[in-house]
Amino acid sequence: MRSASVHFRQRASGALADKHLQRTLKRFGSGFADKRAAARRAFGEDAFEVLREASAAIRDRALEDLDAWLLRFEAEAVRRGSTVIWAEDAAEACARVLEICARHGLKKAIKSKSMLSEEAGLNDALAAAGVQPIETDLGEYILQLAGEAPSHIIAPAIHKDQGEVSALFVKHHGRPKSDDIAQMTREAREMLRPHFLSADLGISGGNFLVAETGSVAIVTNEGNGRMVTTLPRVHIAITGIEKVVPTLEDLSALNRILPRSATGQEISNYFSILSGPRRAGDADGPEHLYVILVDNGRTRLVGSELQAMLRCIRCGACMNHCPVYQTVGGHSYGWVYPGPMGSVLTPVYQGLENALDLPQAATLCGACHVACPVKIPLPELLRKLREMQMERGLRPWAERAAFRAWAYAAQRPWLYALATKVAARALKWMGGRRGLIARLPFAGGGWTRGRDFPAPEGRTFRELYRAGRRRKA
Amino acid sequence: MRVGLFVTCLVDLVRPRIGFAALELLEAAGCEVVVPAAQTCCGQPGWNSGDRPSARALAEKVIAEFETFDYVVAPSGSCAGMIRTHYPEVFAGEGAWLTRVEALAAKTHELTDFLVNVARLERVPGRFAGTITYHDCCSGLRELGVKAQPRALLAGVPGAELREMKDSEVCCGFGGTFSIKFGDISAAMAQTKCDCIHASGAATVALGDLGCMLNIEGRLRRMGDATTRVLHVAEVLTAKA
Repeated sequence: MRSASVHFRQRASGALADKHLQRTLKRFGSGFADKRAAARRAFGEDAFEVLREASAAIRDRALEDLDAWLLRFEAEAVRRGSTVIWAEDAAEACARVLEICARHGLKKAIKSKSMLSEEAGLNDALAAAGVQPIETDLGEYILQLAGEAPSHIIAPAIHKDQGEVSALFVKHHGRPKSDDIAQMTREAREMLRPHFLSADLGISGGNFLVAETGSVAIVTNEGNGRMVTTLPRVHIAITGIEKVVPTLEDLSALNRILPRSATGQEISNYFSILSGPRRAGDADGPEHLYVILVDNGRTRLVGSELQAMLRCIRCGACMNHCPVYQTVGGHSYGWVYPGPMGSVLTPVYQGLENALDLPQAATLCGACHVACPVKIPLPELLRKLREMQMERGLRPWAERAAFRAWAYAAQRPWLYALATKVAARALKWMGGRRGLIARLPFAGGGWTRGRDFPAPEGRTFRELYRAGRRRKA
Repeated sequence: MRVGLFVTCLVDLVRPRIGFAALELLEAAGCEVVVPAAQTCCGQPGWNSGDRPSARALAEKVIAEFETFDYVVAPSGSCAGMIRTHYPEVFAGEGAWLTRVEALAAKTHELTDFLVNVARLERVPGRFAGTITYHDCCSGLRELGVKAQPRALLAGVPGAELREMKDSEVCCGFGGTFSIKFGDISAAMAQTKCDCIHASGAATVALGDLGCMLNIEGRLRRMGDATTRVLHVAEVLTAKA
């Protein structure tokens, strides 16, 4: 997928001005966050914190020896009849998928949700090669009809309301309009059913890779994942190299925290562990199972100050708790991953200079950090990215100069006292009788476009305190 | 005990009365309060914006000015959080500095946390007639665990009636330079907060950080609300009405 992250500012402005989107975002509001909170309470808040700690440790253990666990995964997967393919970037991932299509003469691919497929732009590559891609996750299906990208990693069509979906269905299904969500879902199933039965390729992601058994684990709610991975004669699971965990025991711990953190479910409706293609005597399953392990920038994080980001298990809790995400929506972020995790991943995968706004577009409020099931210090990582921008001269000169001037003055108390004395008086004067400044000059305009600036009292604490001491003495 | 009052740059410039309120509260708690005259800024703006050298220079200055006190108290969760949580990151891997930083961090407190958990202030000096809703400022809440302390103190103010707002823990949209760089997003977030404040029915919103205070008050006034009062918790705790 092409990144439009460089346009965050414009896209966010558009989102703020879009009244319909704002209503939809407000309705979504804290829904997932409330469900997570309820699941956490039901689990026991202290126990949940222990589980978060353990989950972070499991992910760290995997990442500390990522190469070794991946090789172990490959060996075990191959031993069970799967084929493991390594892809360095998005282009290579697409090329390997197309090779498989050519080798087996595949013409139609049904897909369950995969963010890596979005990263790789796989649907476009398939279509260009004459293989029809069909998204079968309801949200992804809706977006495929609409020709849009996901705006949330687990609820991809969260930015669309029922009315929009209903109109899309009329246009593409050619059936009478329905406003009943259950009926609409049934309609989508009926449309998808023939594709499930006629497809020769199933493409899924992989929530986890289990090294000790060479298995791909898939967490889903709609059941489409089961059909994608069992009905067609070829199954390709495409996922990032960081998804590996050492053991089934580790998987079990992570599978307790993932659904609770994502949707507040104790367990997702479907949880599949796929360990190889159909064996002799199996009732179903694909003849071939390919696992494509994609790097696409991930190894750049290994051993870096940002390595903790690779712990991410793609639950979406950070965006569900992010007040910026909830104000501007996922599309503003301009690439596959929105919200706090996206604001770290996009600059790393797509280049710091191609996503300059993202690390800045956060209040560092910390809500994501405390919600993250694997305790990724997201605000700290965003701050580090800001530091990298500063070091590489990627911030405007005026901003760098302003910080330098501030630090220069703040290290010289006499100069600082003088500057603040003048500023306190000038700003008080600007505030007039109401004590409110309606327009600040220069960068301050960013503040006063949507707010007044409450004027200072007029004299600094420093002055008043000294004067008071003098009176007492 | 000897307490160094870290006034904070925003209180110094914009709302000196909050500094004096903090002073009064600390003295009411029986502390000997010293206000180092050369203090300026903790370095947080630079740190949060990725300007490590300037943050580091100011951190050194704060350490030298405040390390001799028994405690350091700031009427701000974000400045106290900067010293407690982030100074050790600023000096990560620097043995000698780190020892000094960690000692300072351990004795630095946000005002209400200090009053409740260290000084154990029993009777707050203020009287306040009216309804109050409390906004949890992010740094104090999530970096320092400031949640029950201000509420406990406010509950002890004769006349004050607390009314919780919905989503009191959600960020108001200030975020330091974020409020200027992304003013429109910031103002939209502030509006969401203002809606929650209004829905609480309280006549006053109290909070513990200047940035959030200016943000919320600025948005309320811009949208024509001239009556809802926005006060630092120290102002309520020392109010004379």
